[in-house]
Amino acid sequence: MGLEIGLGHYLTVAAILFTLGVFGIFINRKNIIVILMSVELILLAVNLNLVAFSAHLQDLQGQVFAMMILTVAAAEAAIGLAILVIFYRNRGSIAVEDVNMMKG
Amino acid sequence: MTLPLFFFYVFAAITVASAFMVISARNPVHAVLFLILAFVNAAGLFMLAGAEFLALLLIVVYVGAVAVLFLFVVMMIDVDFAELKSGLLAYAPIGMVVGGILFLELLLVAGSFVIAPEVVGAGGLPIDVTMENTRALGQVLYTRYVFLFQGAAAVLLVAMIGAIVLTLRHRTGIKRQSTAAQLGRKPSETVRNVKVKSGQGL
Repeated sequence: MGLEIGLGHYLTVAAILFTLGVFGIFINRKNIIVILMSVELILLAVNLNLVAFSAHLQDLQGQVFAMMILTVAAAEAAIGLAILVIFYRNRGSIAVEDVNMMKG
Repeated sequence: MTLPLFFFYVFAAITVASAFMVISARNPVHAVLFLILAFVNAAGLFMLAGAEFLALLLIVVYVGAVAVLFLFVVMMIDVDFAELKSGLLAYAPIGMVVGGILFLELLLVAGSFVIAPEVVGAGGLPIDVTMENTRALGQVLYTRYVFLFQGAAAVLLVAMIGAIVLTLRHRTGIKRQSTAAQLGRKPSETVRNVKVKSGQGL
């Protein structure tokens, strides 16, 4: 570990965040809200990677791309929660195993 | 230890700890609040990397909009969250295995490459250190990446319309205002002239 903040520092933090997000999907597999929050954590880890590489390579493209990911993440959260709300309105539950109306 | 490194460790530790609390909190409201804490500290990490605009954008968009949306939905939905937590650890082992493999792979990838020194600053859009981050981003976002910018706007528009269309419902049996009916009224349908004899009421 050097005295400067290196690329490895950021990549490690992002890897931990990503893993926590994936792990959260597994252990909260009944609760869609927490699954959506885990997806947000995963997207945050990806953004952290992009910003870290952007800073390390002295290239602004990574930050432009991170902004687009931010946009998509916001849209995804809005649509996901809207689906959640109408699902709750129809079924009175948000448990994942109740989502079987289409018998898929 | 230099001051930036110290702050890096502080932000990173709080981010990781609150991310862990997000996935393990019993109360989903607490999970949302920890998500906010994670985002604020990740914004600190962005700031340390020199992405000042993205750091503040993260706070405005995530904490101001997305996390509040989550909070809204969590509080609006009346679900027994304790029941959803039952059988919580049944999938923990497989999650542990998948997460562990993923983490090891990520660390292997992160630790096994070297970036050639001549690549640094040789990308398509080198950072000009004399210009502040917000100005630099704005100058490329509205020129070189204007189509990407418009695409992002289209994504947000579709998301907005989608969310409205999904959650809109017309309930029957309630009284609603009909502006068209109000504006379509004619005097002949609604006003009636009555001759009232003097000294008498209607």
